[in-house]
Amino acid sequence: MLIDVLSLLPESWVRHLPVLVVLGPMLLSPICAAMPKWRIAWALALFGIITSSVFAFALLQDVMAHGRVSYALGGWAPPLGIEFAADMLNAPVLVLVSVIGVLATIFAMPTIVQDINEEKRSLFLSAYLLCFAGLMGVAITGDAFNLFVFLEISSISTYVLVAIGGSRDRRAFTAAYNYLIMGSLGATFYVIGIGFLYAATGTLNMADMASRIPEVADSKTIHAGFAFIVAGLALKAAMFPLHQWLPNAYTYSPSFVTVFLSATATKVAFYALVRLLFSVFSPELEFQQVVFTWVLAPMAAVAAIACSFQAVFQTNIKRMLAYSSVAQVGYMLMGLSLASAAGLSASMFHMINHALMKGALFMAVAGVVMSLGSSQLKDFAGVARKAPWTATALGISALSLVGVPLTAGFLSKVALFQAALMQDWWWAVVVLAISSVLAVLYVGRMLETVFFKTPGPAQLQVKEAPLMLLIPLWVLALGSIYFGLDASFITSLTDGAANVAFSGGQP
Amino acid sequence: MKTDHHVILRVTAKFLIPIITLYAFYVQFHGDYSPGGGFQAGVIFAVGIILYALIFGVVEALRLVPATFARTLALFGFLLYGSVGVWAMLNGGLFLDYDFVIPEGPDGHWGQHIGIIVIELGVLFAVAGSMLTIFYAFAGRAPEIDDEDW
Repeated sequence: MLIDVLSLLPESWVRHLPVLVVLGPMLLSPICAAMPKWRIAWALALFGIITSSVFAFALLQDVMAHGRVSYALGGWAPPLGIEFAADMLNAPVLVLVSVIGVLATIFAMPTIVQDINEEKRSLFLSAYLLCFAGLMGVAITGDAFNLFVFLEISSISTYVLVAIGGSRDRRAFTAAYNYLIMGSLGATFYVIGIGFLYAATGTLNMADMASRIPEVADSKTIHAGFAFIVAGLALKAAMFPLHQWLPNAYTYSPSFVTVFLSATATKVAFYALVRLLFSVFSPELEFQQVVFTWVLAPMAAVAAIACSFQAVFQTNIKRMLAYSSVAQVGYMLMGLSLASAAGLSASMFHMINHALMKGALFMAVAGVVMSLGSSQLKDFAGVARKAPWTATALGISALSLVGVPLTAGFLSKVALFQAALMQDWWWAVVVLAISSVLAVLYVGRMLETVFFKTPGPAQLQVKEAPLMLLIPLWVLALGSIYFGLDASFITSLTDGAANVAFSGGQP
Repeated sequence: MKTDHHVILRVTAKFLIPIITLYAFYVQFHGDYSPGGGFQAGVIFAVGIILYALIFGVVEALRLVPATFARTLALFGFLLYGSVGVWAMLNGGLFLDYDFVIPEGPDGHWGQHIGIIVIELGVLFAVAGSMLTIFYAFAGRAPEIDDEDW
């Protein structure tokens, strides 16, 4: 179903693909910051991210055709030099992040006019490009320390992006500060863990590390490093109970930032967790199985139920969706902690679907908020009458979130159930089913308000969202339907990813 | 005559600032083959300007190094770093492969030397510019609530 992007690119570019996916946005970021007219900065940002997504598609095709692609930065061969490596585990993540990036950038045009003061817009777009480049870097790098550097690039710019919401709602400052403290803790834990691993193995290259860990796997150093890494990345991925930064950060940041972060940042952190757990460490290690069974799986179960429950009682629609995000991270972690290829494939599948539907949901909410000026659930009464296109896309994505048949969310939940049943984890199926019922409650409450409540005078002033917002919104909503009918493309990618993960990520 | 309480500070600072700046360049140009380099040099250079701002006031410092100049310097430094990488790519090497910075035979390694110096210059500009921008952002921030308003 893909156009053969790879053959369209000049021959000499192909070997540079791993670095090109990061380079464009990163080098355009300072140029954007210097732009006096923010529309030029926006055009540059869009251009940079489109090129990045073209390269990401080409890289995916390259990986599908030829297997693992490695790039030695500065000509220093790995494991000594820094390596950018693409395989079936991270190439789909790169494509996901960059496609969401393109859609989010188009969506940014109408919304940042409302959310951000004019003199800050160029700088805002510059920080956004840095954040994007950082996320792509986390996904592409094959070096454990380099991953930390990119994680920090993306996180620090994210704090800025969240704090910019402070010009409209002062609570964004405390949300950003809270996120900064928590995020720095996560990054510190990660780098401490890497320090332990470096002490024990003497290498920072992930593939090299993976081959050296089994010899020293019984040492306390490796155990401590493992614990630090899991805690650090789980914090970044908003694993329960380390998710406290997320609801406020999503609620008070500008709507564009919420869309972009909800669809990419936690996904990339989740990818990093998968990369470290499956292709640096290995699920066969005894201590890792203990962590899967007694830490990750129970936390995932609590997240799926407790945070869905919290979502039911939220009065702010953005906060409700934020709690739902934490619950969905629980689903993904549940699939991961099965430690089986089917489970990992299902949770990657759910990750991609969740990016599509949560991106669309936050976009649709932003579309209504633009003319309504409030994100309280009660103020959304009957807005569907005035903004039918926005509300319909909201409805489709919300149904996908619940997991109604014919939507992508249904297929990934079924895949998760099947993977759990394969190992007789009946309790996991029950937990996910209860969580889905709770999702029906909060999504139902939202849809009832939007479609069936009588609109008041304020709601009658609501206008349809601008076209620049509707296009990316509907691309995502139709994506949820398309992959609900025919998910063979995504499942082939995620099965490939699971295969790579379980073969130890070796070339 | 108006008494100046800070005369010792001013005289000492005037004496020290050129030395600090010179030391920054010393660290900079030894960075490619001994401890030091662009990051430390950038910080030391910015410290010279920040000392000037502390002693003579932010307004004077802004006349010496305008905020837009500091920001542009940081952006330029970042781009300089990146462009060395792209330049190596255009010459047929991998990203940041200094062996391809200048055309030379397979045994020539002058490119390594030139590459690292340009990179370190980029780091110097980026760090000095960023430090100053951060300092100006804090120092130039007007308190939102006056003390009398409480």
